[in-house]
Amino acid sequence: MQENIAKLREKEQAALLGGGEHRIQQQHLKGKLTARERLELLLDEGSFEEWDKYVEHRSHDFGMQDQKIPGDGVVTGYGTINGRLVFVFSQDFTVFGGALSEAHAEKICKIMDQAMKVGAPVIGLNDSGGARIQEGVASLGGYAEIFQRNVLASGVVPQLSVIMGPCAGGAVYSPAMTDFIFMVEDSAYMFVTGPDVVKTVTHEIVTPEELGGASIHTRKSGVADLSFENDVEALLRTRRFFDYLPANNRDKPPRWPTEDPAGRAEPSLDTLVPPDASKPYDIKEVIHKVADEGEFFELQPGYAQNIVIGFIRLQGSTVGVVANQPMVLAGCLDIDSSKKGARFVRFCDAFNIPILTLVDVPGFMPGTAQEYGGIIKNGAKLLYAYAECTVPKVTLITRKAYGGAYDVMASKHLRGDVNLAWPSAEIAVMGAKGAVEIIFRKELGDNEGIQRRTNEYQQLFANPFVAASRGFVDDVIMPRETRERVCRSFAMLRDKKLENPWRKHGNIPL
Amino acid sequence: MFKKILIANRGEIACRVIKTTRRLGIQTVAVYSDADANALHVRMADEAVRIGTAASADSYLRMDRVIEACRQTGAEAVHPGYGFLSENAEFCRALADAGITFIGPGLKAITSMGDKITSKLLAREAGVSTVPGYTDVIKGPDHAVEIAREIGYPVMLKASAGGGGKGMRVVWNDAECRDGFERASNEARSSFGDERVFAEKFIQEPRHIEIQVLADSHGNVIYLGERECSIQRRHQKVIEEAPSPFLDEETRRAMGEQAVALARAVDYCSAGTVEFIVDAARNFYFLEMNTRLQVEHPVTELVTGQDLVEHMIRVAAGEKLSLTQADVRLKGWAMEARVYAEDPFRNFMPSIGRLVRYQPPTESATVRVDTGIEEGSEVSMFYDPMIAKLVTYGEDRNKAIDHMADALDNYYIRGVNHNISFLNALIMHPRFREGRLTTNFIAEEYPDGFHAADVPQSDPMIPVAVAAMVHVRLDDRAHEISGQTRRFERRRRRDWVVIANRVHYPVTIEAVAHGYEVWYGDTVYRVKSDWQFGEPVVQAEINGRSVSVQLDQQRAGYRAFHHGTEIELMVLTPRAAELTAHMIEKQPPDLSKFLLSPMPGLLVRLSVAEGDEVKAGEELAVVEAMKMENSLRAIDDGVVAKVLASQGDSLMVDQPILEFE
Repeated sequence: MQENIAKLREKEQAALLGGGEHRIQQQHLKGKLTARERLELLLDEGSFEEWDKYVEHRSHDFGMQDQKIPGDGVVTGYGTINGRLVFVFSQDFTVFGGALSEAHAEKICKIMDQAMKVGAPVIGLNDSGGARIQEGVASLGGYAEIFQRNVLASGVVPQLSVIMGPCAGGAVYSPAMTDFIFMVEDSAYMFVTGPDVVKTVTHEIVTPEELGGASIHTRKSGVADLSFENDVEALLRTRRFFDYLPANNRDKPPRWPTEDPAGRAEPSLDTLVPPDASKPYDIKEVIHKVADEGEFFELQPGYAQNIVIGFIRLQGSTVGVVANQPMVLAGCLDIDSSKKGARFVRFCDAFNIPILTLVDVPGFMPGTAQEYGGIIKNGAKLLYAYAECTVPKVTLITRKAYGGAYDVMASKHLRGDVNLAWPSAEIAVMGAKGAVEIIFRKELGDNEGIQRRTNEYQQLFANPFVAASRGFVDDVIMPRETRERVCRSFAMLRDKKLENPWRKHGNIPL
Repeated sequence: MFKKILIANRGEIACRVIKTTRRLGIQTVAVYSDADANALHVRMADEAVRIGTAASADSYLRMDRVIEACRQTGAEAVHPGYGFLSENAEFCRALADAGITFIGPGLKAITSMGDKITSKLLAREAGVSTVPGYTDVIKGPDHAVEIAREIGYPVMLKASAGGGGKGMRVVWNDAECRDGFERASNEARSSFGDERVFAEKFIQEPRHIEIQVLADSHGNVIYLGERECSIQRRHQKVIEEAPSPFLDEETRRAMGEQAVALARAVDYCSAGTVEFIVDAARNFYFLEMNTRLQVEHPVTELVTGQDLVEHMIRVAAGEKLSLTQADVRLKGWAMEARVYAEDPFRNFMPSIGRLVRYQPPTESATVRVDTGIEEGSEVSMFYDPMIAKLVTYGEDRNKAIDHMADALDNYYIRGVNHNISFLNALIMHPRFREGRLTTNFIAEEYPDGFHAADVPQSDPMIPVAVAAMVHVRLDDRAHEISGQTRRFERRRRRDWVVIANRVHYPVTIEAVAHGYEVWYGDTVYRVKSDWQFGEPVVQAEINGRSVSVQLDQQRAGYRAFHHGTEIELMVLTPRAAELTAHMIEKQPPDLSKFLLSPMPGLLVRLSVAEGDEVKAGEELAVVEAMKMENSLRAIDDGVVAKVLASQGDSLMVDQPILEFE
């Protein structure tokens, strides 16, 4: 027995060292933590239960049989974040550059399967050079096994990817299918083909950072949801983010106590919307002032900024927020913002997270760029997502709700549960000026007449009361009491039950 | 007594006047421009009348509309506040013609004191001391000595045509005077082609000290002590106090009596202020008289216990002053700091915008906040960017300063830049504490402007202990999250590491009754606080001393604001703190190769294109902000590598416009 114990200790030591002291040092010099250090920061202290510490690869080609490192380049298992269960894998760049072998993939699949059985989220920490080329098709098969599980887990347990090093080629498609992607600035990059291939094929010369760094994916491509300055910040913020997520699709959002009264009045909201309808204001002020403790965990803050998405808590429990942002492109809906909003709405719907929608939308963005880019089908994504969604939906119209965009933004007609409006709301087919120019086209030469008609239209339709008289708006509320009214609405909706008809799945316009 | 008064002003002074008027049971009428339709003074008044568009010239300066508003509402009197129409003789006359009472002095006082030369002559006649000098041309060195002796050394010899310090000489004795005269006239000749030189008393270490007077229409005039307003930035008062740390009882009385004499000489009737310049030897000389309520009147109110606005109203209604000189007692010390929407670190550039978060310190016996705005108000480009006057009171000067420091810590302003750091640095300055003030204080102490390094370093343990407490409270709350797994419930931890300015502070935190004990080495900080989640200002008692720290959550840590200093903090487990050692300090991008927008505004013109060679001084771009076009010019010769913004873009402050090679 003593001998066996000694052997265990020895193996354990080897596993813990990963690629060895030298490689660990290399990793540190790049400002990166090791796979195990990362898990230490991500999980509650002492909570990590590791699996498959002694798994080794089975490759016999290219001399690989002589290079075996227990764990085979990925640390897997489960642990807790603030006491809540989570399955994790953390790729170890110090072992074969974190390259994915068949065995490495099996380890990931194993914890994913288990997470599905017990209904717990999966967080992947990616830091891998790609496929274990020595293994050839076995490695490719490994990727596909993971892809398949990402898809089956989608909408069942939340999946989160933190990219903390390279993630290139086929490897990008696993994170791509998870719910959220976070990246570490300067050390993480993601692309389907790297700079060398790009140069050969298109003669473009780009650096990895320019091709797929954190700033590209959080601002230009929208692939990533957030970026962080370094590993420590990324892991601590991921812990905070995890606190918003339910464990699975049958769970309720987590809840914690708050001292922030639901009835807190915010008189300054009464003056937020400027009297001049063409003047912007920052919709995030409403979000912060409605949220518990003023806290808003925003996602994709640098991408499609004309729509704002993220999580807040109301009376201690998670609520997803979707809001038009009048500060950017007047808050109109375009291709990017529709996609950004739609995916977030579907995440919330899949995981029973109620949705608060703040509406100030002048319509869809016009122009050839948008039409050629398929604003029809892309805009329809947001429409589809809202219409399909069955979680509690509370909508507040702060100012403009014009045309088709009014319908899209969680309107009453799309099964909005509680639809509120501020007195500054204008629910109409379009702005007064545009409407008059169409209705009274023949009188266009008569400036005075047109002005009178415009005022008339403004009087008639640029208010919340026409919609309220039809019941499209449940109540017109004072801005200062928004938090209380929204909290009460969600409290009323707590046990809401609504099911869509059975089907294999819908056919969202992808 | 009046039944209804119109306040022909806006902002804090309108609100302040309304407060007293209301207390006296008088109805109030506010006037407002379009920009102020939602303003606090409009809502505080019983009635409000719109008098024009945002520009002052079309609203608050339109006497015809103000008078029309009086007619409309039946207001019998007008309080003008300060600025705008407060010292306008024509307005005074027009009101009289309309049969409306002006709450201020009579026409004689306004006109005579409104003129620099007349006021000095009148002052001299009334026996008020003025700066001694010889305004005629000095004929030669001997004549210069004769005059200088008469004036008394030190004397400043000034070129008639002078300016910018040229041809100016300070002389301390006869020999210097002779020599100085020659040099001054030579310099004057070579610089200005005009060798005429005159002489004036040189005021050493000048202080600005002013006397508050109060007079009624029955011939009673009293003075309510002095205010020292030496702390000025470009002739703008920043900090005022009463009494002055410099005056003795004798000088105070002498100044007061002269001020009263001057008031009598112009048949003064109302509250007014006689400004003096005082030298290092406590000689004082008349500067001018302000025939209105001063901005800084609250410090006088706090040390005398008098409501100056009430006296103004009563006197205007024909009442006799309710107190005599013998009733005036100065008690304690009051300090006023002007809180401005400006960025002290960017050469005090005014900042405009919405006050997204605004929480002034709580008013009490020791703290008074005179303000005309509230959370959600807009600091607009049309008016003075003053946010508030923060006034504190204490039994002595040090206490008043301490209360000010505490009140500044509690002043929470987000959405616009503000000068709290600057005010804090001023009152914490050892020279300020010692009361060694002069009107050159700011210019001498901050010769190259105000920089982050000028913010006095305060004890980092205060924000460290506060952040530790807040973090532990938040962490304890996270322990209560629903859905935890059995056998994995979180254990509370006691040991943390606070990182502030890259320094690691390992601390141990124990919950005790009503608070926490934060141990750092052998030192214990007992932190008691009623802080609740979400409150931006943490008020606490640390080892019995009350402190306030503004704490915003940011990224994975906190940003603390305390005693004018901003510190970024992280509170980490010891292991996480250890691992931060591997993190690479990110270098902020090198911005020297960029042209950055110095302010938020509209890019109205780009004067260069990619590849252009530019010479130093050449215009690169024009940014419009606050309706002003600002031309941005090249500091050095260079080549434009990239154009990063296009014409018509709305720029944020520090947004790059061009990149140079």
